[in-house]
Amino acid sequence: MTATPVAAATPFLDPETRAEGGGWLGAVRQAGLDGYRRQGFPTPRHEAWKYTNLSAVGRLAVETPPAVPALTAADLPGDRLLPLDVPRLVFVNGRFSAPLSDLDRLPAGVRAGSLRAVLLTDPGHLRPVLERPQAQEAVATLPLAALNTGFLSDGLVLEIDAGVSVEGPLHIIHLSVPGESATLAHPRGLIRLGAGARATLAVSYSGLPGAPSVINAVTDVVLGEDAHLSHVRLLAEAPEGVHIGAVLATVGARARYDAFTLTLGGRLVRNEIRVLLDGEGAQAHVNGAYAARKGQHIDNTVFVDHAVPNAKSSQLFKGVLDETGRGVFQGKILVRRDAQGTDGQQLHQALLLTPGAEVDIKPELQIYADDVACSHGATAGEMDAEALFYLQSRGIDEETARALLVEAFLEDALTTVADEAVRDALTERVRDWQRGRAQATWNV
Amino acid sequence: MALLEIINLHAQVEDKPILKGLSLTVNPGEVHAIMGPNGAGKSTLSNLITGRPGYEQTEGTVRFKGQDLSAMAPEERARAGIFLCFQYPVEIPGVGFTTFLRTALNARRKARGESEIDAAAFLTRLKAATKALGIPDAMLKRPLNVGFSGGEKKRAEVLQMAMLEPDLMILDEMDSGLDIDALRIAAEGVNALRSPTRSVLCITHYQRLLDYIEPDFVHVLADGRIVRSGGKELARELEEKGYADFVSQAA
Repeated sequence: MTATPVAAATPFLDPETRAEGGGWLGAVRQAGLDGYRRQGFPTPRHEAWKYTNLSAVGRLAVETPPAVPALTAADLPGDRLLPLDVPRLVFVNGRFSAPLSDLDRLPAGVRAGSLRAVLLTDPGHLRPVLERPQAQEAVATLPLAALNTGFLSDGLVLEIDAGVSVEGPLHIIHLSVPGESATLAHPRGLIRLGAGARATLAVSYSGLPGAPSVINAVTDVVLGEDAHLSHVRLLAEAPEGVHIGAVLATVGARARYDAFTLTLGGRLVRNEIRVLLDGEGAQAHVNGAYAARKGQHIDNTVFVDHAVPNAKSSQLFKGVLDETGRGVFQGKILVRRDAQGTDGQQLHQALLLTPGAEVDIKPELQIYADDVACSHGATAGEMDAEALFYLQSRGIDEETARALLVEAFLEDALTTVADEAVRDALTERVRDWQRGRAQATWNV
Repeated sequence: MALLEIINLHAQVEDKPILKGLSLTVNPGEVHAIMGPNGAGKSTLSNLITGRPGYEQTEGTVRFKGQDLSAMAPEERARAGIFLCFQYPVEIPGVGFTTFLRTALNARRKARGESEIDAAAFLTRLKAATKALGIPDAMLKRPLNVGFSGGEKKRAEVLQMAMLEPDLMILDEMDSGLDIDALRIAAEGVNALRSPTRSVLCITHYQRLLDYIEPDFVHVLADGRIVRSGGKELARELEEKGYADFVSQAA
């Protein structure tokens, strides 16, 4: 008796839906829809989704996010990463908001704006980004990135000309304003740095409380030779929010990609970062910190592909799990046959504050070259009782002492953020998280 | 009124009785040395007074300034004026020494209904205290106790005492891991803090620390009890004869 193959479930996509538009762009979108249909919505049966169960998300009856209400800069959240005098791009429900953004201050050699606008005026020059092998691989292997590609229509385009070194960080704000029922958005970001360009991006995702907002984001990062991008992101969605994000970074020769993700909010977060070290001497440092409490699930999944010789990568993630918070870390380093002289490091450390907290860690090294230096490490532990008593014995109350130790635990991850203002802002957000410790932010 | 009054104290760790009827009175301004063989209960005594988790008082009373300590959290005891100079100060990466010190000082001020110390006043006091102890500024910028040498750790403890101004300084095996020079500097720091209202409980295995911090009273602790008390000459006697007599006497 042969089992009848069951068609993969594909919520969020009608069987009849065809990709919008024609030409190469229509083909890219159609490949996205096909990729999603072929792979199906992720279930724990997918190896990559073993520890993060999306079934409750798949059952949501989602709508397109509502039209953005008329907002002014005064409506921007107060807990911004950067002050208002920094150039900023604001996206509400995945759509670029010109009135909330401030592009006047953009330095010369930097072009930034909405993907929608570029698709209307000059889509052709995005073709090399969207058709590059890494993007095609993502469509073939990441079902929700494929779905994002199928609906690719708006988001961020940021291009920095060769040789341009941007002073100070650029600010990118994503806001989710909930609808009457659950909503789903597919923002797409395209970030391209020319040869030798340098920039720091401070990106935040946050949302207002209300019906669940599901963000299914994909960000393409393409760094030319000798370029250097520091890509700092804060994921602080509303308590009901769901954030599924994939960053696809292609790093050229001698270029450097520094990624940092601080995840504090959202009911369920999957932060997937894929880095292709594509030119000799490329390097990537994919770091992050997260904190989860009651009912929250935070998944960081990192894949670094050493495709060329003498490239270097490191991963450092630190997580704090409180109440029934759950963390997942999957980190993979692939060293291909030609990638001699690879240096790849990975470390994940978790601090479990309560017996109900949980973390699942899956490190993976796949090495096909012989001249490599690779390591991975993982620890999970409770708060150091000796350190706690030491602080208390100096008159510091237990709550404050615990908060100090939590911040101290995350400190060595946060210090990898080079920009001081951004780093301080992230530290402040960690403190905010700590202040809310006693509150139940989400009811399971 | 006695600063510290311990009456018939019994205490256990993981159901194992360690202190078995210890009594001790420390008046303001006095320096008491507690000496004794390993395993006599010296560290248990300091841990019990400071409220370290895992140490259970089963009988007797411990009063500080007339207040029963048993119901007080470690931080409440510290704010009341008790300071334990750790035998092995804990290294805490990620917590800056200066931030820690200001947090501790403000916690104490707040408990006394005082306002937070302003940054300038804090730094002035800190500078004066570090200079007196020969502590390099670089040490203040480092994470708490991380990478400090044995001598630096003890000096950092004394610096904390100087800033927090306790009424009872408990020195737990202060001389362990210190060479003579480091010991002298740390002891001078302690001596500089002595006053008619401030007392010292100096817990030590060896007599040499008492050459630097001169006690008014010396007590021999053996098998959970004080078996003999005397003046500073008792420490010399112990140095010569060892603890053998007391161990057999207690058993």
